[in-house]
Amino acid sequence: MRMMRTGGLQLSRDRLNIRVLELKPSGIRRFFELIIGREDVISLGVGEPDFSVPWRIREEMIYSLEKGITSYTSNYGLMELREAISEYYRKFGVEASHENVFITTGVSEGIDLALRAIINPGEKVLVPEPTYVSYQPLAHLAGADVISLPTDPDFRLSYDDLVKYRGQNIKAIMLNYPNNPTGVSLKKREVEEIADAVNELDCFVISDEIYGELSYNFRHFSMAGLEGMFERTVVLNGFSKGFAMTGMRVGYVIAPEEILDAMVKIHQYSMLCAPVTAQIGALEALKNGDEELERMRSEYMRRRNFFVRRLRDIFDVVMPDGAFYAFPNVSSTGLTGEEFAEKLLLEKDVAVVPGDAFGECGKNYVRCAYAVSMEKLKIAVERMEELVNSI
Amino acid sequence: MNHEIEILRLLENNSRLDSAEIAEMLNVDRGEVERIIRKFEDDGVILRYKAIIDWEKAGVEEVYAIIDVRVNLTREKGYDDIAKRIAKFPEVHAVRLVSGDYDFQVVVKGKSLKEISFFIAEKISTIPEVRDTVTHFLLRTYKEEGVILFEDDEDRRLAIVP
Repeated sequence: MRMMRTGGLQLSRDRLNIRVLELKPSGIRRFFELIIGREDVISLGVGEPDFSVPWRIREEMIYSLEKGITSYTSNYGLMELREAISEYYRKFGVEASHENVFITTGVSEGIDLALRAIINPGEKVLVPEPTYVSYQPLAHLAGADVISLPTDPDFRLSYDDLVKYRGQNIKAIMLNYPNNPTGVSLKKREVEEIADAVNELDCFVISDEIYGELSYNFRHFSMAGLEGMFERTVVLNGFSKGFAMTGMRVGYVIAPEEILDAMVKIHQYSMLCAPVTAQIGALEALKNGDEELERMRSEYMRRRNFFVRRLRDIFDVVMPDGAFYAFPNVSSTGLTGEEFAEKLLLEKDVAVVPGDAFGECGKNYVRCAYAVSMEKLKIAVERMEELVNSI
Repeated sequence: MNHEIEILRLLENNSRLDSAEIAEMLNVDRGEVERIIRKFEDDGVILRYKAIIDWEKAGVEEVYAIIDVRVNLTREKGYDDIAKRIAKFPEVHAVRLVSGDYDFQVVVKGKSLKEISFFIAEKISTIPEVRDTVTHFLLRTYKEEGVILFEDDEDRRLAIVP
């Protein structure tokens, strides 16, 4: 690269942060550009609810704006919301005080804070894959050496998978269950099994439980709810998926005091606080949102039953336990996930996300989000079947 | 939720769902869904399959009136007797016993204000037990049977979101 000259002096240092330069561009980006300008595409590529924020939550936020509630909140977030969250999380097995809770600007911020608070340069973070796209880059930016742990083809994580890393100085494991993109979740027994391994490795768990409310086969159980695990676990959750509040950007952290204090230290400088309007909406969600949540949850479950059954006529699909994704293996078509996704978009106007966006081991898969109406889902799966039959 | 109730809820929302689709959504056997629906039909739990129509959009002039009816009860004639008498007129769309200042809320459907007014004057007000009536003509419907009749909530999501 040609060096820039400023004031006659060469800028001899690297112009940009090396860790940022090392980040690979998102594989989803290219796909996004392929879609632009195409009309009548049915997109199963959207990782967010197709429902709007429930009206009573929206109405509460509007009212708060009318009243002029627009200032900063405490760095920790509204006390009433923190208390409501500590109460609410008992249903997932965690007994925490509001002092162990603070509010973030979505789970995304929580992931970044947790990693930056825990990781020293060169420490190792274990990321079971396929998984949500943010962990690997944010861990890298936090200075970690990221180790990918493939979990295909059943997407389960066992004690044996994890204890192989004994003695390798793993600092933290990133968990995401129910999982984006596979929908696979962990039963309490499996959470216990992983906890045993975590204790052997003597590391932390960053547990992203954003899809916890959207569990269809069994009740979500938090890693932090296990005896002795609270001290090792940073729970990240929020209101985006269960309560369909994606654009509000409001999430929370439940963590032991030491980690929580470290995270708030960063948060107070980089974010100050989560948007107050969103916090008020979140409080209303916890107070009065149960019925809407259940309405959406049962709708997703019906779509899952329908969609996965149809997909299984075409592909191998692991039955998702939660979230709103199915992750079929498309290798029977002789194509990779990316090739299949491109063909499906260009020939049949259905968008899905190539599986390798979620980790190398996802390369023979595509992620299909069933956060679309049953009518669209029906058409989409018919078009997929047509394409497969024509290959 | 138990399957029987869930089937009712699904049909209440979309009566055109067929049993195969319902079976797929609920992950139960199709024959079982058909059996449950038939039972509900036989028992009079499912009364009829209807469409909700925005008549204004269809360009058809329909006049509705909501009539508050106050009645005098006697030993011989109770609420049920009076309600049944009102309900049998084909012009009457709905009859409900309600709490508050009046006793029945009656919805009447007709072709014009005049037709409805005469109907009430001739057929409802003249029932001996009816003390008085207040008529409200319906000007616009914003929500009917849980369905919003105005433009709302378009999908503004990006096409691909991780």
